[in-house]
Amino acid sequence: MSDPHDNILAKHLDVFKEIGNIGAGHAASALAGLLDRKIVMSVPEASVVPFSEIVNVLDGPETLVAGVLIDVSGDLNGYILLLLGMKDAMAMVSQALHEPARDTTDPEFALTELEQDTLLEIANILVGSFLSAISSFSGLGATPTVPQLAVDMLGAIISIATIEYGTIGDSVLFLNTRFNDPSGDVNGHFFLIPDYYSYKMLLKALGLED
Amino acid sequence: MATIIVGMADLKVAKAPDILTTLGLGSCVGITLYDRAKKIGGMAHCMLPTYKGFEGQNIAKFVDSAVIELINQLGRMGVTKAALVAKITGGAHMFRGVSQNNDLLKIGERNAAAGLAILRQLSIPVHANDTGGTHGRTIELDMENGALKIKTVGLGEKFI
Repeated sequence: MSDPHDNILAKHLDVFKEIGNIGAGHAASALAGLLDRKIVMSVPEASVVPFSEIVNVLDGPETLVAGVLIDVSGDLNGYILLLLGMKDAMAMVSQALHEPARDTTDPEFALTELEQDTLLEIANILVGSFLSAISSFSGLGATPTVPQLAVDMLGAIISIATIEYGTIGDSVLFLNTRFNDPSGDVNGHFFLIPDYYSYKMLLKALGLED
Repeated sequence: MATIIVGMADLKVAKAPDILTTLGLGSCVGITLYDRAKKIGGMAHCMLPTYKGFEGQNIAKFVDSAVIELINQLGRMGVTKAALVAKITGGAHMFRGVSQNNDLLKIGERNAAAGLAILRQLSIPVHANDTGGTHGRTIELDMENGALKIKTVGLGEKFI
Protein backbone atom coordinates (compact mmCIF):
# COMPACT_ATOMS: atom_id res chain seq x y z
CA MET A 1 0.00 0.00 0.00
CA SER A 2 1.29 3.40 -0.88
CA ASP A 3 -0.87 5.37 1.52
CA PRO A 4 1.37 6.86 4.25
CA HIS A 5 -1.30 6.45 6.93
CA ASP A 6 -1.77 2.79 6.14
CA ASN A 7 2.01 2.29 6.13
CA ILE A 8 2.42 3.80 9.59
CA LEU A 9 -0.34 1.56 10.92
CA ALA A 10 1.20 -1.53 9.39
CA LYS A 11 4.67 -0.70 10.70
CA HIS A 12 3.51 -0.44 14.30
CA LEU A 13 0.98 -3.24 14.46
CA ASP A 14 2.90 -5.02 17.22
CA VAL A 15 2.90 -1.88 19.34
CA PHE A 16 -0.84 -1.50 19.01
CA LYS A 17 -1.23 -5.16 19.79
CA GLU A 18 0.75 -4.69 23.02
CA ILE A 19 -1.29 -1.60 23.91
CA GLY A 20 -4.38 -3.71 23.41
CA ASN A 21 -2.91 -6.48 25.51
CA ILE A 22 -2.18 -4.28 28.51
CA GLY A 23 -5.42 -2.33 28.29
CA ALA A 24 -7.58 -5.35 27.77
CA GLY A 25 -5.85 -7.20 30.62
CA HIS A 26 -6.94 -4.49 33.03
CA ALA A 27 -10.41 -4.42 31.54
CA ALA A 28 -10.74 -8.19 31.87
CA SER A 29 -9.86 -8.01 35.60
CA ALA A 30 -12.44 -5.27 36.10
CA LEU A 31 -15.04 -7.32 34.28
CA ALA A 32 -14.20 -10.42 36.32
CA GLY A 33 -14.77 -8.38 39.50
CA LEU A 34 -18.07 -7.06 38.23
CA LEU A 35 -19.43 -10.38 37.06
CA ASP A 36 -17.84 -12.28 39.93
CA ARG A 37 -16.36 -14.97 37.73
CA LYS A 38 -13.12 -15.75 35.98
CA ILE A 39 -12.67 -13.98 32.66
CA VAL A 40 -10.06 -15.17 30.18
CA MET A 41 -8.75 -12.69 27.68
CA SER A 42 -7.64 -13.79 24.24
CA VAL A 43 -4.40 -12.46 22.81
CA PRO A 44 -5.51 -9.28 21.02
CA GLU A 45 -5.44 -9.21 17.27
CA ALA A 46 -4.23 -5.99 15.72
CA SER A 47 -4.93 -5.54 12.07
CA VAL A 48 -5.22 -2.93 9.39
CA VAL A 49 -8.43 -3.60 7.54
CA PRO A 50 -9.43 -1.93 4.27
CA PHE A 51 -12.86 -0.28 4.38
CA SER A 52 -14.14 -2.60 1.68
CA GLU A 53 -13.54 -5.62 3.93
CA ILE A 54 -14.36 -4.12 7.29
CA VAL A 55 -17.85 -5.53 7.64
CA ASN A 56 -16.58 -9.04 7.03
CA VAL A 57 -14.31 -8.91 10.08
CA LEU A 58 -17.12 -10.08 12.33
CA ASP A 59 -20.27 -11.87 11.27
CA GLY A 60 -21.33 -9.76 8.31
CA PRO A 61 -22.85 -6.31 7.89
CA GLU A 62 -26.43 -7.21 8.75
CA THR A 63 -25.74 -9.04 12.03
CA LEU A 64 -27.60 -7.52 14.96
CA VAL A 65 -25.13 -6.17 17.51
CA ALA A 66 -25.01 -3.95 20.57
CA GLY A 67 -22.42 -1.22 20.12
CA VAL A 68 -21.27 1.03 22.92
CA LEU A 69 -19.36 4.08 21.77
CA ILE A 70 -17.29 6.09 24.21
CA ASP A 71 -15.68 9.40 23.41
CA VAL A 72 -12.18 9.78 24.72
CA SER A 73 -10.59 13.15 25.30
CA GLY A 74 -7.47 14.60 26.91
CA ASP A 75 -3.95 14.19 25.56
CA LEU A 76 -5.36 11.31 23.56
CA ASN A 77 -8.56 11.82 21.60
CA GLY A 78 -10.72 9.37 19.79
CA TYR A 79 -13.25 6.65 20.43
CA ILE A 80 -13.50 3.23 21.90
CA LEU A 81 -16.15 0.99 20.46
CA LEU A 82 -17.25 -2.09 22.35
CA LEU A 83 -19.14 -4.46 20.12
CA LEU A 84 -21.17 -7.38 21.41
CA GLY A 85 -23.37 -9.89 19.67
CA MET A 86 -26.87 -9.84 21.19
CA LYS A 87 -26.37 -13.19 22.91
CA ASP A 88 -23.15 -11.94 24.51
CA ALA A 89 -24.73 -8.66 25.56
CA MET A 90 -27.60 -10.56 27.19
CA ALA A 91 -25.15 -12.90 28.93
CA MET A 92 -23.16 -10.01 30.40
CA VAL A 93 -26.23 -8.13 31.53
CA SER A 94 -28.00 -11.12 33.06
CA GLN A 95 -24.88 -12.07 35.02
CA ALA A 96 -24.45 -8.56 36.34
CA LEU A 97 -28.15 -8.38 37.31
CA HIS A 98 -28.22 -11.97 38.64
CA GLU A 99 -31.16 -12.75 36.41
CA PRO A 100 -31.62 -15.56 33.89
CA ALA A 101 -30.71 -14.67 30.31
CA ARG A 102 -33.66 -14.23 27.96
CA ASP A 103 -33.80 -15.69 24.46
CA THR A 104 -32.23 -13.16 22.09
CA THR A 105 -33.36 -15.05 18.98
CA ASP A 106 -37.00 -14.22 19.76
CA PRO A 107 -38.08 -11.76 17.04
CA GLU A 108 -39.70 -9.59 19.71
CA PHE A 109 -36.49 -9.45 21.76
CA ALA A 110 -35.27 -6.05 22.88
CA LEU A 111 -33.10 -4.93 25.79
CA THR A 112 -35.10 -3.31 28.60
CA GLU A 113 -34.10 0.09 29.89
CA LEU A 114 -32.51 -1.47 32.97
CA GLU A 115 -30.56 -3.90 30.78
CA GLN A 116 -29.39 -1.05 28.53
CA ASP A 117 -28.24 0.97 31.54
CA THR A 118 -26.45 -2.08 32.90
CA LEU A 119 -24.68 -2.64 29.60
CA LEU A 120 -23.57 1.00 29.53
CA GLU A 121 -22.24 0.67 33.08
CA ILE A 122 -20.31 -2.46 32.17
CA ALA A 123 -18.84 -0.61 29.18
CA ASN A 124 -17.93 2.29 31.44
CA ILE A 125 -15.98 0.04 33.78
CA LEU A 126 -14.26 -1.81 30.93
CA VAL A 127 -13.25 1.32 29.10
CA GLY A 128 -12.24 3.20 32.25
CA SER A 129 -9.80 0.45 33.22
CA PHE A 130 -8.60 0.11 29.65
CA LEU A 131 -7.80 3.82 29.44
CA SER A 132 -6.10 4.01 32.82
CA ALA A 133 -3.76 1.25 31.70
CA ILE A 134 -2.88 3.11 28.52
CA SER A 135 -2.43 6.36 30.43
CA SER A 136 -0.15 4.88 33.03
CA PHE A 137 2.34 3.40 30.60
CA SER A 138 2.29 6.20 28.03
CA GLY A 139 2.06 9.10 30.49
CA LEU A 140 -0.73 10.58 28.36
CA GLY A 141 -4.09 11.51 29.84
CA ALA A 142 -7.29 10.08 28.41
CA THR A 143 -10.71 10.58 29.96
CA PRO A 144 -13.82 8.73 28.84
CA THR A 145 -17.15 10.53 28.48
CA VAL A 146 -20.64 9.11 28.91
CA PRO A 147 -21.08 5.99 26.79
CA GLN A 148 -23.78 5.73 24.16
CA LEU A 149 -25.56 2.57 23.08
CA ALA A 150 -26.89 1.58 19.68
CA VAL A 151 -28.46 -1.77 18.83
CA ASP A 152 -28.54 -2.23 15.08
CA MET A 153 -26.82 -3.77 12.07
CA LEU A 154 -23.09 -4.25 12.45
CA GLY A 155 -22.30 -2.35 9.26
CA ALA A 156 -24.24 0.71 10.40
CA ILE A 157 -22.53 0.80 13.79
CA ILE A 158 -19.00 0.08 12.68
CA SER A 159 -19.00 2.87 10.11
CA ILE A 160 -18.21 5.32 12.89
CA ALA A 161 -14.73 3.80 13.00
CA THR A 162 -14.20 4.03 9.28
CA ILE A 163 -15.35 7.63 9.10
CA GLU A 164 -12.76 8.72 11.66
CA TYR A 165 -10.07 7.31 9.39
CA GLY A 166 -11.87 8.13 6.17
CA THR A 167 -10.27 11.52 5.70
CA ILE A 168 -6.74 10.17 5.92
CA GLY A 169 -6.66 6.72 4.40
CA ASP A 170 -8.55 3.72 3.16
CA SER A 171 -8.18 1.37 6.06
CA VAL A 172 -8.79 1.30 9.80
CA LEU A 173 -6.87 -0.01 12.80
CA PHE A 174 -8.70 -2.74 14.65
CA LEU A 175 -7.68 -4.02 18.02
CA ASN A 176 -9.89 -6.98 18.50
CA THR A 177 -9.87 -8.52 21.96
CA ARG A 178 -12.19 -11.20 23.16
CA PHE A 179 -13.23 -11.76 26.73
CA ASN A 180 -14.30 -15.28 27.49
CA ASP A 181 -15.43 -16.79 30.69
CA PRO A 182 -14.65 -20.52 30.95
CA SER A 183 -18.13 -21.45 29.70
CA GLY A 184 -17.65 -19.19 26.69
CA ASP A 185 -20.59 -17.00 27.61
CA VAL A 186 -19.08 -13.54 27.45
CA ASN A 187 -17.39 -12.56 24.26
CA GLY A 188 -16.68 -8.94 23.46
CA HIS A 189 -14.82 -7.05 20.78
CA PHE A 190 -12.88 -3.95 21.57
CA PHE A 191 -12.04 -1.42 18.88
CA LEU A 192 -9.60 1.36 19.60
CA ILE A 193 -10.16 4.30 17.35
CA PRO A 194 -7.63 6.99 18.23
CA ASP A 195 -7.80 10.03 15.99
CA TYR A 196 -4.93 10.45 13.55
CA TYR A 197 -3.09 13.01 15.69
CA SER A 198 -3.49 10.94 18.85
CA TYR A 199 -2.06 7.73 17.56
CA LYS A 200 0.98 9.59 16.25
CA MET A 201 1.30 11.20 19.68
CA LEU A 202 1.02 7.81 21.32
CA LEU A 203 3.81 6.44 19.12
CA LYS A 204 5.92 9.47 19.98
CA ALA A 205 5.30 9.06 23.72
CA LEU A 206 6.47 5.48 23.44
CA GLY A 207 9.63 6.63 21.62
CA LEU A 208 8.73 4.97 18.33
CA GLU A 209 8.31 7.99 16.02
CA ASP A 210 9.86 11.45 15.95
CA MET B 1 -29.99 -12.24 -12.42
CA ALA B 2 -27.01 -11.35 -10.28
CA THR B 3 -26.91 -9.45 -7.03
CA ILE B 4 -23.94 -7.12 -7.05
CA ILE B 5 -22.69 -5.93 -3.67
CA VAL B 6 -21.47 -2.37 -3.28
CA GLY B 7 -19.04 -2.18 -0.36
CA MET B 8 -18.31 0.74 1.93
CA ALA B 9 -16.62 3.60 0.03
CA ASP B 10 -17.48 1.84 -3.20
CA LEU B 11 -19.68 2.36 -6.27
CA LYS B 12 -21.01 0.07 -8.99
CA VAL B 13 -23.20 0.24 -12.11
CA ALA B 14 -25.45 -2.52 -13.46
CA LYS B 15 -28.23 -3.25 -15.93
CA ALA B 16 -31.40 -5.36 -15.87
CA PRO B 17 -31.99 -8.03 -14.66
CA ASP B 18 -29.31 -7.43 -11.99
CA ILE B 19 -29.74 -6.02 -8.50
CA LEU B 20 -27.35 -3.62 -6.79
CA THR B 21 -27.20 -3.80 -2.99
CA THR B 22 -25.27 -2.27 -0.13
CA LEU B 23 -25.51 -3.62 3.41
CA GLY B 24 -25.71 -1.85 6.74
CA LEU B 25 -25.71 1.84 5.89
CA GLY B 26 -25.38 3.87 9.09
CA SER B 27 -24.19 7.44 8.85
CA CYS B 28 -22.95 6.69 5.34
CA VAL B 29 -25.32 7.54 2.51
CA GLY B 30 -26.49 5.29 -0.28
CA ILE B 31 -27.22 7.16 -3.50
CA THR B 32 -28.78 5.47 -6.53
CA LEU B 33 -29.13 6.79 -10.07
CA TYR B 34 -31.45 5.06 -12.53
CA ASP B 35 -32.48 5.31 -16.19
CA ARG B 36 -35.94 3.76 -16.47
CA ALA B 37 -35.94 3.46 -20.28
CA LYS B 38 -32.59 1.69 -20.52
CA LYS B 39 -33.00 -0.19 -17.19
CA ILE B 40 -29.48 0.77 -16.21
CA GLY B 41 -28.47 2.22 -12.87
CA GLY B 42 -25.74 2.79 -10.35
CA MET B 43 -25.25 2.85 -6.58
CA ALA B 44 -22.68 4.52 -4.34
CA HIS B 45 -22.00 3.96 -0.61
CA CYS B 46 -20.22 7.10 0.61
CA MET B 47 -18.71 7.93 3.98
CA LEU B 48 -17.87 11.62 3.83
CA PRO B 49 -19.52 14.68 2.27
CA THR B 50 -17.03 16.40 0.00
CA TYR B 51 -13.98 15.46 -2.03
CA LYS B 52 -12.47 18.94 -1.86
CA GLY B 53 -9.30 18.84 0.22
CA PHE B 54 -8.85 15.09 -0.25
CA GLU B 55 -7.78 15.05 -3.89
CA GLY B 56 -6.06 11.85 -4.92
CA GLN B 57 -8.09 9.67 -2.57
CA ASN B 58 -10.72 7.09 -3.48
CA ILE B 59 -13.50 9.09 -5.16
CA ALA B 60 -16.18 6.59 -4.15
CA LYS B 61 -15.62 7.57 -0.51
CA PHE B 62 -17.00 11.08 -0.94
CA VAL B 63 -20.60 11.93 -1.79
CA ASP B 64 -20.02 14.59 -4.44
CA SER B 65 -17.19 12.87 -6.33
CA ALA B 66 -19.00 9.52 -6.20
CA VAL B 67 -22.14 10.94 -7.84
CA ILE B 68 -20.05 12.48 -10.62
CA GLU B 69 -18.16 9.21 -11.14
CA LEU B 70 -21.44 7.27 -11.29
CA ILE B 71 -22.67 9.63 -14.01
CA ASN B 72 -19.40 9.12 -15.93
CA GLN B 73 -19.62 5.34 -15.70
CA LEU B 74 -23.30 5.35 -16.68
CA GLY B 75 -22.39 7.64 -19.58
CA ARG B 76 -19.99 5.00 -20.89
CA MET B 77 -22.98 2.61 -20.92
CA GLY B 78 -24.92 5.04 -23.09
CA VAL B 79 -26.96 6.71 -20.37
CA THR B 80 -27.36 10.48 -20.48
CA LYS B 81 -27.55 12.58 -17.34
CA ALA B 82 -30.96 13.95 -18.36
CA ALA B 83 -32.45 10.43 -18.24
CA LEU B 84 -31.43 9.83 -14.62
CA VAL B 85 -33.48 9.98 -11.44
CA ALA B 86 -31.94 9.70 -7.98
CA LYS B 87 -32.87 8.13 -4.65
CA ILE B 88 -31.01 8.83 -1.44
CA THR B 89 -30.98 6.89 1.84
CA GLY B 90 -28.86 6.49 4.98
CA GLY B 91 -27.25 9.43 6.74
CA ALA B 92 -28.45 8.21 10.13
CA HIS B 93 -27.26 9.36 13.54
CA MET B 94 -26.39 6.01 15.09
CA PHE B 95 -25.26 7.17 18.50
CA ARG B 96 -27.48 9.62 20.33
CA GLY B 97 -26.57 11.55 23.45
CA VAL B 98 -23.84 13.88 24.57
CA SER B 99 -21.91 13.82 21.35
CA GLN B 100 -24.72 15.32 19.28
CA ASN B 101 -22.56 18.42 18.96
CA ASN B 102 -19.60 16.45 17.77
CA ASP B 103 -18.86 16.91 14.06
CA LEU B 104 -17.90 13.31 13.49
CA LEU B 105 -21.09 11.97 15.00
CA LYS B 106 -23.20 14.45 13.02
CA ILE B 107 -21.63 13.18 9.82
CA GLY B 108 -24.83 11.42 8.73
CA GLU B 109 -26.71 14.68 8.46
CA ARG B 110 -23.84 16.29 6.54
CA ASN B 111 -23.61 13.34 4.16
CA ALA B 112 -27.32 13.52 3.34
CA ALA B 113 -27.14 17.28 2.82
CA ALA B 114 -24.12 16.88 0.52
CA GLY B 115 -26.02 14.28 -1.52
CA LEU B 116 -29.03 16.54 -2.03
CA ALA B 117 -26.75 19.46 -2.86
CA ILE B 118 -24.76 17.71 -5.59
CA LEU B 119 -27.93 16.22 -7.14
CA ARG B 120 -29.53 19.66 -7.24
CA GLN B 121 -26.38 21.16 -8.73
CA LEU B 122 -26.40 18.52 -11.47
CA SER B 123 -30.17 18.94 -12.02
CA ILE B 124 -30.92 15.29 -11.29
CA PRO B 125 -34.41 14.91 -9.79
CA VAL B 126 -34.57 13.21 -6.39
CA HIS B 127 -37.50 10.78 -6.56
CA ALA B 128 -37.15 9.47 -3.02
CA ASN B 129 -35.39 10.58 0.13
CA ASP B 130 -35.25 8.32 3.17
CA THR B 131 -32.41 9.78 5.21
CA GLY B 132 -31.76 10.51 8.88
CA GLY B 133 -33.17 8.74 11.90
CA THR B 134 -31.13 6.60 14.26
CA HIS B 135 -31.25 3.26 12.47
CA GLY B 136 -29.20 1.31 9.95
CA ARG B 137 -30.42 0.41 6.48
CA THR B 138 -29.72 -2.22 3.84
CA ILE B 139 -30.79 -1.20 0.34
CA GLU B 140 -31.44 -3.03 -2.93
CA LEU B 141 -31.97 -1.38 -6.31
CA ASP B 142 -33.81 -3.53 -8.85
CA MET B 143 -32.69 -2.69 -12.40
CA GLU B 144 -35.95 -4.03 -13.85
CA ASN B 145 -38.05 -1.21 -12.42
CA GLY B 146 -35.84 1.10 -10.34
CA ALA B 147 -37.59 0.14 -7.10
CA LEU B 148 -35.41 0.69 -4.05
CA LYS B 149 -36.03 -1.72 -1.18
CA ILE B 150 -34.98 -0.60 2.29
CA LYS B 151 -34.50 -3.16 5.06
CA THR B 152 -34.07 -2.18 8.71
CA VAL B 153 -33.78 -3.83 12.12
CA GLY B 154 -37.08 -3.49 13.96
CA LEU B 155 -38.64 -1.01 11.53
CA GLY B 156 -39.48 -3.49 8.80
CA GLU B 157 -39.00 -3.26 5.04
CA LYS B 158 -40.32 -0.80 2.50
CA PHE B 159 -39.94 0.26 -1.10
CA ILE B 160 -39.29 3.85 -2.04
